[in-house]
Amino acid sequence: MYNQYDDIVNRLNQDRLWDFPGGVHPPEFKTLSNQKDIARIPMPAKLYVTVKQHIGVEGNLVVEVGDRVLKGQALTRSSNPFSVPVHAPSSGTVTHIGPHVSAHPSGIKELSVEISTDEFEKWIELNPILDYQQKPKAQIVEAICNAGISGMGGAGFPTHIKASPKKDVEFLIVNGVECEPYISSDDRLMREHAWQIRQGIDVLVHLLSPKMVIVAIEDNKPEAIEAMQVACQENAKYRVVSIPTKYPAGGEKQLIQVLTNREVPGRGLPIDVGVIMHNVGTCYAIADAIFSGKPLIERVVTLTGEAFKRPQNVWAPIGTPISHLLEFGQYREHKQRQAKVIMGGPMMGFDVINADVPVVKITNCILAPSAAEVAEPGPEQPCIRCSACADACPASLLPQQLFWHSKAKEYDKAQDYNLFDCIECGACAYVCPSEIPLVHYYRIAKSDIRNQQHEKDQADKARERFEARKARLEREQKEREEKHAKAAEARRQAMSEKGSDAKDKIAAALARAKAKKQGTASDAASTEDAASASVTKTPESSQTVKQDKVAAAIARAKAKRAAAKAQLSETPDAVPAQPEAQEKPSEVKKEKVAIAIAKAKAKREAAKAARAKELDKQSTETVTAEPTSKEDSKVNAKSDKDTKVAAAIAKAKAKRQLQKAQQEAPVAEGKSAPKPSSAKKATKPAESKQQETPELTAAQIRKQKVEAAVAKAKEKNLQAKAKRDAAKKAKLQAQSEKDEN
Amino acid sequence: MTIFAALISIGIMALVFGAILGYAAIRFKVESDPLVEQIDEILPQTQCGQCGYPGCRPYAEAIANGDDINKCPPGGEATIKNLADLMGVEPKPLDEAHGSEDVKKVAFIREDECIGCTKCIQACPVDAIIGAAKHMHTVIEDECTGCDLCVDPCPVDCIDMIPLTQTTASWRWQLESIPVKQVS
Repeated sequence: MYNQYDDIVNRLNQDRLWDFPGGVHPPEFKTLSNQKDIARIPMPAKLYVTVKQHIGVEGNLVVEVGDRVLKGQALTRSSNPFSVPVHAPSSGTVTHIGPHVSAHPSGIKELSVEISTDEFEKWIELNPILDYQQKPKAQIVEAICNAGISGMGGAGFPTHIKASPKKDVEFLIVNGVECEPYISSDDRLMREHAWQIRQGIDVLVHLLSPKMVIVAIEDNKPEAIEAMQVACQENAKYRVVSIPTKYPAGGEKQLIQVLTNREVPGRGLPIDVGVIMHNVGTCYAIADAIFSGKPLIERVVTLTGEAFKRPQNVWAPIGTPISHLLEFGQYREHKQRQAKVIMGGPMMGFDVINADVPVVKITNCILAPSAAEVAEPGPEQPCIRCSACADACPASLLPQQLFWHSKAKEYDKAQDYNLFDCIECGACAYVCPSEIPLVHYYRIAKSDIRNQQHEKDQADKARERFEARKARLEREQKEREEKHAKAAEARRQAMSEKGSDAKDKIAAALARAKAKKQGTASDAASTEDAASASVTKTPESSQTVKQDKVAAAIARAKAKRAAAKAQLSETPDAVPAQPEAQEKPSEVKKEKVAIAIAKAKAKREAAKAARAKELDKQSTETVTAEPTSKEDSKVNAKSDKDTKVAAAIAKAKAKRQLQKAQQEAPVAEGKSAPKPSSAKKATKPAESKQQETPELTAAQIRKQKVEAAVAKAKEKNLQAKAKRDAAKKAKLQAQSEKDEN
Repeated sequence: MTIFAALISIGIMALVFGAILGYAAIRFKVESDPLVEQIDEILPQTQCGQCGYPGCRPYAEAIANGDDINKCPPGGEATIKNLADLMGVEPKPLDEAHGSEDVKKVAFIREDECIGCTKCIQACPVDAIIGAAKHMHTVIEDECTGCDLCVDPCPVDCIDMIPLTQTTASWRWQLESIPVKQVS
């Protein structure tokens, strides 16, 4: 698999190391800044603390504009494990929260907290964990996280994640290589604070329990090596190793290769080969967090380059604007052909956009080279395929192939050449005789690929959501249809279960509605034909009563039609019938008695029906007063129906008797025929008229009858037409009702 | 004689291979049209319908059946180029009848003006708007494809299309910042 632990230890015991491929030896320029102690600078008036200073997720702000903050107070908080907080580097007031130019090559503004500092620099209450060995590891890891410590070597990976690995750790490597030219911040830190770095290592050893600790320092820093050796001599597990100076030996993968000859897989992490690496600055910060409880609020920054009059290392509070550091280092712009301040080293750094860019946790150097130091980059010339870049590449890539494909935007091919294993160290561009800015091409290609990947992910997500939505809409449609089908089925079933009852109710309701509509029309007609036996009753508000009326009207109409028919056929015989009647008075008398009996019967029944109807009317009137109670009205409708039926029976009886009487004595027919019907209609005048009739004497009756017959015949001839119309109307209505039923 | 032997042997081999190929064509038949899948992969999945089809997949199917490849404004020239490569046709300029290429935007609801009519929710092809009737709606920025379809249905015109701002994560190194001088 990879080099065994014992082999590595043996080799280290012999002071022999491995090597990584490629690498370059640029001039170091370290003495420019590493001769003086790390200086304290005056606190800047304003600090711009960028909220996101590490790889991972930013926390949520817990301060507001106007809040007073103390030195070391947390400004953000998050429960996300990939998040570390940022802290106020000094006491003061939060004067602004908003986008501020960021320490990024683009200079794009990012969310920052602006703190106006005061002169007190009052600390928040600190909680050191002096007896860390007695505390659970989780508590120490949490303390490291809460101190806001992220890798200070350059990548800014949250330290607490690297301090709690899931796998066994064989080697803990403390990286003090600092291979990039000019930078000397780690060098000075090791020289001055070796003991505290060792304390930090102790904490990490407690957490990680590695088999061996290697402190790796390039051999161009003998003072630092010595200081670390002194600090670590008590513990046999700790080994300070001096490694040959070669750029980029400080790269994580390169250093692992140098010390163990193990190669970190392309998409893997050092822990995959049993190694954890921490920067010396990180170790120092851990010691600060555990033994004094101080969060990470300042770091060593190298101010270097010949454009600085006083190049040296300083303790810069996080969020210090570059301008403040330039002022402290006495930056002389006239030394440069054009203003050029680099954040980071000459190989991997970037030009700052302006002097407001703040110091962040990974800022290790501010480089202001003079015109003499850094040659103006010449014009880019065509690649001559000299392969010098391939020789220099520490990751064993083929830089010229990557260059071709990146330039031609053939990104899939560039990825075939493992573009993402490029650590952007700049060694290839450094050796390129054609002065091609190779790393820039790779960076463009990488960001393009990342953006494309992001877009593709978004597109996939959009497709997924689109399809999910389509499926959902279809499903909902189907469900709706099913529901409707089910409801219809239920309705059908309910109908068939309730049978004619429900059907009747519906029919009755329909008929009622219709009757109401036609009621007004027939009412008008009835008022016009007031003289005739009214087809419909006097207008009434109740629907049910109207329905009764309709039914009664139908019956009446039928009766009348029959009567009219009989009359029509009999009228011509009416006059000659009279003498016949006079001829047989006894018979007539007999008949009269029979008629009277029939009439009385009819009257009795009519009165009964009228009484019932009166009651019904009352009840229906109360019901119509509260139209909301449908059921009541239905019940009433039913009882009405009963009465209707009773009335109809009575009517039929009366009619039958009348017809009988008529057949016996056709003369009497005319008068009696309309009477029962009008009685049934519960019209009082008809009743009173009926009541009068039997009281009349036989002679009077006869006289009246004759008169009435004559008048009636006349009247009927006149009104037959109107009656027929009314009858037709009623018949039509009945027909439509029947249809609906 | 040798000629006949050669003819016969080659003929037999042709038959054998023909049988194998014929069997393979049936045995390893691919059900769906892989071309449609490939085209769908290239399309930006905005689901905006500017091409005249109800979504990206229907357009992919249309392209597979011979429709023009230059009807996708959100995809722009890059998509046309990819489609041209895939289909083996010449890239054409974007058909202006279907709209012009624009910067990527996302919908934004001015929330104090929203009346909660849910019309935009129904219009959104990717369910990127959340809210309920008579309650304020809002757009999930990450899910919004910038298709514009929610803007028209809004009865109070409270939806804006805002261009995506560049962040340090989406920032692209600029070659122009490198002093590249062409040597003649």
